Amino acid sequence: MCSLCGVLGGNEHWTDAVARPGVYTRNVERIDRRRERARRVAAANRILSAFGMSLSDWQGSSFVIATRTGKSEIIEDLGHLWPAAERLSGRPCDPLDPALIARMEAADG
Amino acid sequence: MADVPAFTPVYLLTGFLGSGKTTLLRRLLADPALADTAVLINEFGEIGLDHHLVERIDENMVLLQSGCVCCTVRGELADALRDLHSKRERGLVPAFSRVVVESTGLADPFPVLSTLKSDPVLRHHFRPGSVVTTVDAVNGLAQLDTYIESNRQAAIADRLVITKADLADGPSMDALKERLARINPDAGCFVAAADGPGADVLLGDGEAGRAASLQSASGFYCDAPSMLVTAEGAAHQAAISSFVVSVDEPLDWTGFGVWLTMLLNRHGDRVLRVKGILDLAGEERPVAIHGVQHLVHPPVHMQAWPSADRTSRIVFIVDGLDVGLLKRSLHAFTRSRSAGVSATPPAAARSAPNSR
Repeated sequence: MCSLCGVLGGNEHWTDAVARPGVYTRNVERIDRRRERARRVAAANRILSAFGMSLSDWQGSSFVIATRTGKSEIIEDLGHLWPAAERLSGRPCDPLDPALIARMEAADG
Repeated sequence: MADVPAFTPVYLLTGFLGSGKTTLLRRLLADPALADTAVLINEFGEIGLDHHLVERIDENMVLLQSGCVCCTVRGELADALRDLHSKRERGLVPAFSRVVVESTGLADPFPVLSTLKSDPVLRHHFRPGSVVTTVDAVNGLAQLDTYIESNRQAAIADRLVITKADLADGPSMDALKERLARINPDAGCFVAAADGPGADVLLGDGEAGRAASLQSASGFYCDAPSMLVTAEGAAHQAAISSFVVSVDEPLDWTGFGVWLTMLLNRHGDRVLRVKGILDLAGEERPVAIHGVQHLVHPPVHMQAWPSADRTSRIVFIVDGLDVGLLKRSLHAFTRSRSAGVSATPPAAARSAPNSR
């Protein structure tokens, strides 16, 4: 349990489980772990920017999702990301929204 | 107690009202292969256990001749499972190594699976096993046409059992099998008879079975990407469709994970199933994913690619989602990300298997 935020650990999300450096390990390969977390943050931010929100790593143990006005929430893993994002932004985050898809496609090229 | 697995698999037996769940269960209960199993049923009376009875443990729980523990669920399933777990730990019931849950005919089976993942006690002791769905050979087609629950039950099944086959004629059996293959192309399909299929076939291990079943003889479990529903003509049939999405270039696991969690968060109740083999960037071996509605099982590494073809293929069984949009969305959300990842130093990815 984290003594600061009181979050009980141990809820493994399915995205945590694939053999890649920094994914399985909790105690060793500190750098790989940070790199993997940074990668997750970057992947999430690509989409969150469309909603005016951003995600950042928090102490290597949780993530903080924040809006541009500073409303923020601590989340533990990617499983909690989208419910929190919808709460903070007050609108649905729908990957099947044609406007969002178009935006992602535009960002591609 | 030595043979109690770290995570006891929980198998789900479901099927529409009157589709033969109880009959199947009654036959399985007499099977010696079910000796180390705890069975949760709705009502003792239905099954008629008296002649198998050895000992009554308490008002909800009995021990059968085969060595199988049988109990009724009163109230919450989670409570019943916790009670079973507690009794096993205290040695009040024989150590069982799997649990079979009979669900009611109209229930959406998904909440049972979700209970196992979310309950703070259960998720450390139990894991979802496979889902067995019974389908009535006589009324099955009509039920699939009429009731959305029936479609959902068929769609999330790992094994389908066609019951009452002796009452149906050949053409209607073929039609039913074809319909089931369209709703759920990769589930094992069995025809129930007096002597089969046995408990070992129906309740084989989920994890290993799943990884194995993902690779059919031809290399992939779903060869014909079939578009369905509308062709069949049934107008009021729910818009359940299954389709395959292929991605040619290696996928980035993180980007894919973010996309799929986003999709499931918004549309989880309408994505009945996700199954697939992924070619991940920086991975030599294929990774199989498997999800039922909001629940995604931990990904399984498979032995090797069946052929030189390394296309990621993901089967979706969805209820009323726009297929075109979903495909577009997957590509838009994951493609540029995978390009970004291949730009990161590959050395780190290569060193992975040894340093772990």
